[in-house]
Amino acid sequence: MSHPALKPPLGTRLRSELFGSPGNSALTLVLLAALGSAAFGLLHWGLVQARWAVVRANSTLFAVGRYPLDQQWRLWLLTALLAAAAGLAWGLLRSHPRRDRGGELWPRNDRIAVVLLAATALAVPWWLRLEPLIQARWWGITALLLLVRWAAGHWGQRLPARLLALLPLLWPLLYLVGMLLINGGVGLLPVPPGDWGGLLLTLIAASFAILLCFPLGVLLALGRRSDLPLLRWGSVLYIEFIRGAPLITLLFLGQNMIGFLLPGGLAPDRVWRAAWVLTFFAAAYLAEAVRAGLVAIPPGQLEAARSLGLTVPQALRTVVLPQALRVALPTMVGQFISLLQDTTMLSLVGLMELMGTARTVMANPAYLGRNAEVYLTLAVLFWCCCAALGLGSRALERRLDPNPAS
Amino acid sequence: MGEPFSGPLPWWRDRRVLPWLMQGAVALVVLLLIAFLLGNLVRNLSAAGMLLSFRWLQQPAGFDVSETLLPFDAGLPYWRALVAGLVNTLRAVLVGLVGATALGTLVGLASFSSNALLRGLARAYVELIRNIPLLLQLVFWYFVVFLALPNGEAALQLPGVVLAKSGLFLAWFGEGLRWSGPTLVEGVWQAPLRLTVEFSALVTGLVVYTGAFISEVVRGGITAVPKGQWEAAASLGLGPLVTLRRIVLPQALRVIVPGLNTQYISLAKNSALAVAVGYTDLYSVAETTLNQTGRAVEVILILLGAYLVIDLAISALMGWFNRLVRIRER
Amino acid sequence: MARMRKLLSAASLLAALALVGCAPEEGGLQSQKLATLKGRGKLICGVDGKLPGFSFVAPDGQYSGLDVDVCKAVAAATLGDPTKVDYRDLNSSERFAALASGEVDLLSRNTTVTLSRDAAGGNGLSFAPPVFYDGQGVMVPVASGIKGLKDLAGKPICVETGTTTELNLADRMREIAAAYTPLKFQTGDQTYAAYLQGRCVAVTSDRSQLAGKRTNFPDPAAHTLLPEVLSKEPLAPATVNADPAWSDAVRWTVYALMQAEELGITQANIDTKLAEAKAKTNLADLRRFLGVEGEFGKQLGLAPDFVVKAVKAVGNYGEIFERNVGTGSKLKLERGLNRQWQQGGLIYSPPFR
Repeated sequence: MSHPALKPPLGTRLRSELFGSPGNSALTLVLLAALGSAAFGLLHWGLVQARWAVVRANSTLFAVGRYPLDQQWRLWLLTALLAAAAGLAWGLLRSHPRRDRGGELWPRNDRIAVVLLAATALAVPWWLRLEPLIQARWWGITALLLLVRWAAGHWGQRLPARLLALLPLLWPLLYLVGMLLINGGVGLLPVPPGDWGGLLLTLIAASFAILLCFPLGVLLALGRRSDLPLLRWGSVLYIEFIRGAPLITLLFLGQNMIGFLLPGGLAPDRVWRAAWVLTFFAAAYLAEAVRAGLVAIPPGQLEAARSLGLTVPQALRTVVLPQALRVALPTMVGQFISLLQDTTMLSLVGLMELMGTARTVMANPAYLGRNAEVYLTLAVLFWCCCAALGLGSRALERRLDPNPAS
Repeated sequence: MGEPFSGPLPWWRDRRVLPWLMQGAVALVVLLLIAFLLGNLVRNLSAAGMLLSFRWLQQPAGFDVSETLLPFDAGLPYWRALVAGLVNTLRAVLVGLVGATALGTLVGLASFSSNALLRGLARAYVELIRNIPLLLQLVFWYFVVFLALPNGEAALQLPGVVLAKSGLFLAWFGEGLRWSGPTLVEGVWQAPLRLTVEFSALVTGLVVYTGAFISEVVRGGITAVPKGQWEAAASLGLGPLVTLRRIVLPQALRVIVPGLNTQYISLAKNSALAVAVGYTDLYSVAETTLNQTGRAVEVILILLGAYLVIDLAISALMGWFNRLVRIRER
Repeated sequence: MARMRKLLSAASLLAALALVGCAPEEGGLQSQKLATLKGRGKLICGVDGKLPGFSFVAPDGQYSGLDVDVCKAVAAATLGDPTKVDYRDLNSSERFAALASGEVDLLSRNTTVTLSRDAAGGNGLSFAPPVFYDGQGVMVPVASGIKGLKDLAGKPICVETGTTTELNLADRMREIAAAYTPLKFQTGDQTYAAYLQGRCVAVTSDRSQLAGKRTNFPDPAAHTLLPEVLSKEPLAPATVNADPAWSDAVRWTVYALMQAEELGITQANIDTKLAEAKAKTNLADLRRFLGVEGEFGKQLGLAPDFVVKAVKAVGNYGEIFERNVGTGSKLKLERGLNRQWQQGGLIYSPPFR
């Protein structure tokens, strides 16, 4: 990387890179023409030819599936809670270590994020032609997020350190509360998993699998590097078996064979079956990512920790794993992103997550042949989620980097 | 292993025993679990009158399999149907591998172009494709792109290639080994080599998807070669293409080949999504077979075994290639 | 190592015990399934979910259709409440495994009765009486000029995989020695999408389904059904063979809907009929049917008034038919074979005696 001050101004640089030689200029022109016509075609289709009613009329189905209408306040509450928690984490992130080091409270990236969030909250509900009340709810939730972000950024430093140390516990707690809200029970009307659908089911399946595959994957990775042959071979067998099979065959196995493997009545619901299959599937891949991280840690580290009197589990927990996980982080997030994408395969075994909802909606005669609109909407949705995960992971990497480049 | 202990150590804390004890416990739990599951399986299967057997493979399948390389009709037994499906899978995988490698290499190289726009496009392609589920891309290619193609005279025509809704028609050696291109006979395209749109959509989807990942592998491999090598080659008067071919790629391949192996295997496994675009691959035939016979366990075993063998074959091939690359390096 | 071996032998012993302990229990007269159902408080019903007229999810998330009404009737008869149903969308290739493994209690998913599906050595299902008599047909665009099956030689035909349709098509085409290209899709909507986009010149399925789908096509008049009927397709709800008492409960609930139509009992007049039956002791047939006297319900393991509950929930067979697929519905199907036996149809309930 050259130093920014040495770089020629952007205009000059662009001119030399795009039109430096005749060949280069020709290539640029051809590419520009192709890009221009593609962009025009897409715009023309999106604004003139496309019939977005298929997405607008079914937005609830896409969002939550057949979740009972009179119970949907629970999901709104959960969304509000999540927004508040996200705002809190975001604000504290900026107020705490950064400000001590003279960081800004609202750096440029954050300002961009605020504008994007506000624009999304305004534009998407309007574009979907949601009812005014529901549009207002989205504005409210976005406002809540930003408000908490502002408050936490402002007063976060005054919070006692012990309280701050407890904050990471907020997320598992929130997850439990969320599952309770979604699933019902304990005074709330139970909503069976069969009624969850759309984005809700996609997110539940993905988050469940991501949370549970992590410990499983770490155990498997340790097992694979263990000195004990039974553990090692067991782990290797499991990892290679799972990695050798297409996910769809495993889902197929989960849906069609679990019923035979467990005594009647014990078999979990189809949704949970698929979520467990996703978990077991992702664990094998995660184990390989963690193993690569473990390999990167010199064996001397473990020996040094042992010579300081730590037991093996202690040394693993406090010395080896934190470093290995940091090394493995980009790969792991990559796995999580593909896990989120893999949830679409649940539709092939008849579940109604986003993709399955799309299939159902398009079976409705009123929307026959509106494939492009639906698939494009889903693609944008997935792209945003996955890209956000990727961005988040890169930010986290930078934060965790023990020797920052600058 | 000497322990700084004076008194006799209880046997369960003995370092020689402890690990084995742990292993034994884990093995016991796993064995019990397996026994429990298998017990249920046997009980449930015998209750349904479907004890494990592969004799049904000999019975006539009763359904048809389209676009098979081996001749197949509904009167042939199930195992022939499964083999036909396997051959279809292999065909898609092979074509997909070649296409994805070519596309990935091109895009990977494009990310080193001196043209900023091309570099940006290569980057945008990777970022776009990697963040959209493959299944979504496949149905998009099939239902939105390929099924919207015109038929007859309006079809997309290039020299030797015609792309219509009825398929992709290519020039090839026809009767009597004469090279002949696609022709329009009474409004229907005909050519010596015809690929269905299902096959084309599947392969396009797989190539575009896997190509993005392969381009990253290629990019990583080339980045791993020190920049000084380029400069040294340039100072010797070698052009960039020659440098790439003779100096950089041979070294980059060491890094690229293992990465390629992973991508090839994932392409092979992803080919099972063919079922979403109406291409009759192994998974699709297996699903039909399961439905007609009710033999869930046997069919799943066959499926898992077949994909495992394909993966192992790819790994073996890439392992061989990897050794080849290593020897050359010396 | 010796310890290891001991551990292993202990493990295998335990494993053997586990196997023995799981020996099948003797089935009593009482239905296991009914007991499970009552404990759970819900009927789990496997449906298609994507087939207008038979089972379909509206944008508000509610299921409707003929198959769905059968689920509701069974739930009303067994649990006393037609809303106590969990619907599971099953595609055609996973439905039997879902039923066999006990994941769904009842399969009400336009399933054709066949020998191999019924036989204990085949899929091992137990079929309730057909709720819809259908036949396989072929739909082609009028413009294609195709007049019969023979014209389809060498052409691509769209078909849903895992159905009897797929097998019948293969059989008929072999009979007339016509080569063709089957294009198979996992779900009905994909099949029709491919047909409508012109990927295949014909689509084959049950005639009712074809007619139903056609009414919703952009230009229904542009498509026609070929005269040939490729097969008999009696569509019936199914349960597993293993629990005869449960199968009987389902079977007689379905018969009750048919018998109700024969007796002129409708959703609207059931209360007056019931009052009439209670008041007049001379109407023995009606009294028995509605559970005022006798113990038909008890014999089936159901409440005495299971018929009343079922009819109250969804109406009689004729009402169900009209509402979901009949001439008044979007599908606009004639009763045809599905008329009562007195009118020359095949709907015929054995006597409630």
